[in-house]
Amino acid sequence: MYQMRMADGGFHVGGLLPDAQSEIRNPKSAISAILVLIALLAPVQAFPQSLKPLLWGADAEGGAPYEFQDPRNPSRVIGFEVEIIDAIGRILDRPTRFVQNQWDGLVPGLERGNYDLIVSGLEITPDRARVINFSRPYYVTYEQLAVRADDSRISSLEDCRGRKVGTLKGSLAQRMLEARADQTVLSYDGQINAYEDLSNGRLDAVLMDYIIALYNVGPIPGLKMAGTPIGQLEYGIGVRKEDAALLEQINSALAQMISSGELRRILENWKLWTPMCAEFFGDSPRVSGRADAYQSYMESRMQGGTAWEKIKAYLRYLPLLGRGAIVTLELSLIAMALAVVFGLNLALARLYAPRLLRAATTVYIESIRGTPLLIQLFLIFYGLPHIGIRLSPMLAAIIGLGLNYSAYEAENYRAGLQSIPKTQMEAALALGMTRIQALRFVIVPQAMRLVIPPVTNDFIALLKDSSLVSVITMVELTKAYSQLASIHYDYLGIGLLAAGMYFLIGLPFVRLARLAERYFAPEQKILTIGGKQRQAD
Amino acid sequence: MAEHIIEIQDLRKAFQGNPILKGINLNVDASQLTVLIGPSGCGKSTLLRCLNGLEIFDEGRISVNGLTVLRDPGHSQLEAEFQRITHQLRAMVGMVFQSFNLFPHMTTLENVSRPPTIVQGISPREARVNAHRLLEKVGLKDKAGLYPAQLSGGQQQRAAIARALAMKPRVLLYDEPTSALDPALVDEVLEVMKELDAEGVTQVVVTHEMRFARDVAEKVVFLSDGCVVEEGEPKKIFTDPDDTRTRQFLKRFL
Repeated sequence: MYQMRMADGGFHVGGLLPDAQSEIRNPKSAISAILVLIALLAPVQAFPQSLKPLLWGADAEGGAPYEFQDPRNPSRVIGFEVEIIDAIGRILDRPTRFVQNQWDGLVPGLERGNYDLIVSGLEITPDRARVINFSRPYYVTYEQLAVRADDSRISSLEDCRGRKVGTLKGSLAQRMLEARADQTVLSYDGQINAYEDLSNGRLDAVLMDYIIALYNVGPIPGLKMAGTPIGQLEYGIGVRKEDAALLEQINSALAQMISSGELRRILENWKLWTPMCAEFFGDSPRVSGRADAYQSYMESRMQGGTAWEKIKAYLRYLPLLGRGAIVTLELSLIAMALAVVFGLNLALARLYAPRLLRAATTVYIESIRGTPLLIQLFLIFYGLPHIGIRLSPMLAAIIGLGLNYSAYEAENYRAGLQSIPKTQMEAALALGMTRIQALRFVIVPQAMRLVIPPVTNDFIALLKDSSLVSVITMVELTKAYSQLASIHYDYLGIGLLAAGMYFLIGLPFVRLARLAERYFAPEQKILTIGGKQRQAD
Repeated sequence: MAEHIIEIQDLRKAFQGNPILKGINLNVDASQLTVLIGPSGCGKSTLLRCLNGLEIFDEGRISVNGLTVLRDPGHSQLEAEFQRITHQLRAMVGMVFQSFNLFPHMTTLENVSRPPTIVQGISPREARVNAHRLLEKVGLKDKAGLYPAQLSGGQQQRAAIARALAMKPRVLLYDEPTSALDPALVDEVLEVMKELDAEGVTQVVVTHEMRFARDVAEKVVFLSDGCVVEEGEPKKIFTDPDDTRTRQFLKRFL
């Protein structure tokens, strides 16, 4: 129901294919890394069932209480769903592993085989149930209105007529609101942003799952819940249609947890045990345990914090952002190496190849440049598996970014190659060089230095475009930032920190490019020092 | 009579239907310096460029040191065969351009030493030794480490001659080698060509330096409107030409 929840940012970077990850981590050189990556095209081999960890997909960005980074120790993911899946794992005697995935991509990710289960506040709906199987519900809740504390006009959906109501994109609440069509509905990617807009007056009301309201209305000053429970919705664990045996195991584990009271204990710990739950699970509505997890979360969230405490908090975020930054850098470097090498070949083909190949190259370049990178990434990651090609997130991201930028690099090179006077080619041919030798030793080296500034420019652009790969489950710098910001409600400070990191990553390459320009144009350097210039022709 | 190292028969070439060469017949003797003169647009540069395959002629026959390139609507060589022979041709024919066309990203030494390693597979060490010797010959011994942009025009053209010589060609072609030079720098280039002539290098030169043609050339060929109008010893051409067009042309220079 909540839209954007993310995983434990950074620690399972991309999460799937553990063996693949380790090989990609520290590439000796860009080229060898690409070769390694290409070798990884082969599908992952199956583990013996008993050793194989139970992979569960969720989006930890949506925050408490589902699964989120522990504000006291951001490298740990906590939440009531984490406790539920851990309990299931114990019952089934299998280790569990969390896999981060964008909320609205959870179902495709499951079908793609990125993980075996979805445990991420996914409501059981008929249209989802057509594509995947759901376990028996592990939680039941309802929609809850929230308004500003001084607002007494709204206490039901009817009262929302003619007003602005915020909710989460793609949620059941959004469908409920839009079905009424007599108020303005604004849908948000993140729950916090909606509640903050309510607080600062951009919205008149917010409609979301009760448990989201429970964890957000309290901590934000000047908000209150309004009206009675609306509707009923159930969260189920998503399982692939073909995994019937697994579904049965999950269902029996859940049944065991319900009858032993373990599920109730977990829900109470997070203050989620409501009368509706009690009735649904046939248990007593009386709360017997303490809501420790809820209390702890609220305390950490209510802390105002002195300037020093804030600085200490930022220092705590640095390792997480740093890990994201390393993924960003790694990904960008390999993708750019691919783009530069492949782009040069494209440019040469476009200029010098036989007609058919030349035409094909032109079509390739134009179609890549003419379509959005985001769609290319989706096609590569979610589309290719339909024809049997399943790439790891890292590999898909590198190929997506690399192929996309190769089209731009090809045009840079073409401009550079075409600016070399024809007489250079003639001189090389007259010396008896073949066309290929002339290109390799005479034309390309000269074109190279001309394209360094635009290529550097593109690298900086690629570095920033790499943030798009979070949609294919990569946890890079931007994803790490939005995960942290959504847990700590600090889009400004952490945002500046992340922006600063992008800047710092890019900076060395600008300097490196300057060195490379000199390397490829040594005569220019001597000229500058000598202070005189004579032209060759 | 010296042996003909180049034989050109009925060479024709048109650009977009515009005939430039209208049936050239010409022989070049080995070890001689042959100068091609004529008004602008008469086809002298095109003729030169046909000799090393930079232009593809339409019809005719070129023979260099026994290697024949033949194009004839009736039974011309296939395109691939033509390309292959052109490539062989270039191994025997060196070319010096009006605008030098040195490679700006290589030092003067590399300009001379790298092409033989690339084309002929000569070891870099041997190529460097050879290049130093050639640079010394053209008077650029102390410029080996400089880049073309740091040389004067005359120095660049001498380096270009050294570069062409490094390939050990049988014939050296010059396409207006001094036209782009400051008048003060022309002589240093002509001096090198004169020395090469003394060593017996076969050279074919398109130039407007009439004094050079008169004093150094063994043979002068006058072209006009795509045809060879007159050829002969410089003394004859410059003092007593048979054709009025030759006389008209030379009047403007001498």
